[in-house]
Amino acid sequence: MVENRPVLTILRHLVLGLGVVIVLFPVWVAFVASTHPQAALMSGAAPLLPGDRLVENYSRLLASGMSQAGGTPVGLMLLNSFIMALLIATGKIAVSLVSAFAIVYFRFPFRMVAFWIIFLTLMLPVEVRILPTFEVIADLGMLNSYAGLTIPLVASATATFLFRQFYLTIPDELAEAARMDGAGPMRFFRDILLPLSRTNIAAIFVIMFLFGWNQYLWPLIVTTDESYTTIVMGIYRMVNVSDEQPQWHLVMATAMLALLPPVVVILVMQRLFVKGLVETEK
Amino acid sequence: MHKKVTFRGVALPLALLLPQLAITAVFFLWPAGQALYQSVLRQDPFGLRTTFVGLANFERLFSDPLYLNAFQVTLVFSIAVTAIGLSLALLLAVMADRVIKGASGYKTLLVMPYAVAPAVAGVLWWFLFNPSIGLFAHALRAVGVDWNHLLNGDQAMILVVVAAVWKQISYNFLFFLAGLQAIPKSLIEAAAIDGAGPFKRFWTIVFPLLSPTAFFLLVVNVTYAFFDTFQIIHATTSGGPGQATTILVYKVYSDGFVGLDLGGSAAQSVVLMAIVIVLTIVQFRWIERRVQY
Repeated sequence: MVENRPVLTILRHLVLGLGVVIVLFPVWVAFVASTHPQAALMSGAAPLLPGDRLVENYSRLLASGMSQAGGTPVGLMLLNSFIMALLIATGKIAVSLVSAFAIVYFRFPFRMVAFWIIFLTLMLPVEVRILPTFEVIADLGMLNSYAGLTIPLVASATATFLFRQFYLTIPDELAEAARMDGAGPMRFFRDILLPLSRTNIAAIFVIMFLFGWNQYLWPLIVTTDESYTTIVMGIYRMVNVSDEQPQWHLVMATAMLALLPPVVVILVMQRLFVKGLVETEK
Repeated sequence: MHKKVTFRGVALPLALLLPQLAITAVFFLWPAGQALYQSVLRQDPFGLRTTFVGLANFERLFSDPLYLNAFQVTLVFSIAVTAIGLSLALLLAVMADRVIKGASGYKTLLVMPYAVAPAVAGVLWWFLFNPSIGLFAHALRAVGVDWNHLLNGDQAMILVVVAAVWKQISYNFLFFLAGLQAIPKSLIEAAAIDGAGPFKRFWTIVFPLLSPTAFFLLVVNVTYAFFDTFQIIHATTSGGPGQATTILVYKVYSDGFVGLDLGGSAAQSVVLMAIVIVLTIVQFRWIERRVQY
């Protein structure tokens, strides 16, 4: 502490408190709306205090969805989102761990070319090449499948880059010792590199789980079958019901369910999350 | 940066790289190539004949007032999102950096929006500003602003900017905070001993030392505003009213998927790819420079 200025300290808490209010307010209003009957959200300003329909709204939504939006149960959407997020996160980590290993621990022709090809994927977000990518998926017969939902998103420049940076910090003596003891490259990878990478794997898992959970455009275009609806895209269908006002109490309950799992992940694994975030971008 | 100790073999590393390279080739490079290829073709309305038209698609694009409008909308949108998002986050980070009591509590709460999908963030704010029942719409009406983002383009723009900034604030906050905490305390103490007050210290010492972080965040935020905000716009305003919130990436989608204009959409993809490549190179140069010292 350089000096103690009580006025400044109060100002700090005031600004931070205001920031927290701004951050939490939309979520609070959504939560409140999700606990009211539809009638409370037809006219006048939306309520600020919770109502009594919490259990009713949520259980109805989880079991049978919203009839105007196709009636896909939100429970199923949650399951789909969970499967998708889990597959994408695991896939990205598996694929990047081995490719970073290949790039760092071997000398082979076209090594830098491979590195640059992987890095290029950073430059081509799906929104940018949406139509041709859709054609590829359609030609491969991967529409309406978990494979189509996840495999194209498994390539990861960020994760590869992070693992590469991490491997570079591992002392050469370890590889040397392993080689002297007669361990082959895969043995070294499994018994030495993997255990050392545990924290990094966990950190990147958090980031990639959120990435997978929050996918929107991709599931929207590669699935038409409602049994593959994920929750983030499901909200879109609920807000955009034709010819009528959306049923706000159900839309907001869905929004709460969509943001709850990732928020819990971030809160529980905060330290890992911050580490993963700050280090992936570094 | 290379390892001195390596393993021998060519087949093994190639096999290890294969999954990543195969996915990249099939789902990234091939579609990008297709976009390049289609951008110089034109299909007749029935999709029966395609002809090579050279750069005609691009010429058509840049003489299309709707496309130029989308460019302008994107500029306004990304400048607003970046400027507001960065200044708010910097303010919060500077405040949080020196707080002792409750620092981790504030941090935990401020980090939350990062977990929320942009589309969900958009819907939350869409609800708050809903002209008939939204709390903010009512509050604004009470002070004499007639809020209706379904009809008023400027108000629709404000809505998507607010949602986009809200979603991005935690990211910016975390990076600014990390940057601030990396500044040696001795520098600030020395300035304090020389008689510099808190504001003078911030502008002459903290802010210049923070500029690499700020520059990095600038690039990340521009990229975010250009591409990731698609979700917000698609889930709420659908680019409207009129074309008031149609940003470039939304236009690629709506022209290609809804309007089925293959050549035009491909040409737009190519323009966007060029923009991302420039942004990524700028970002990568920054990373390399950081690695050096």
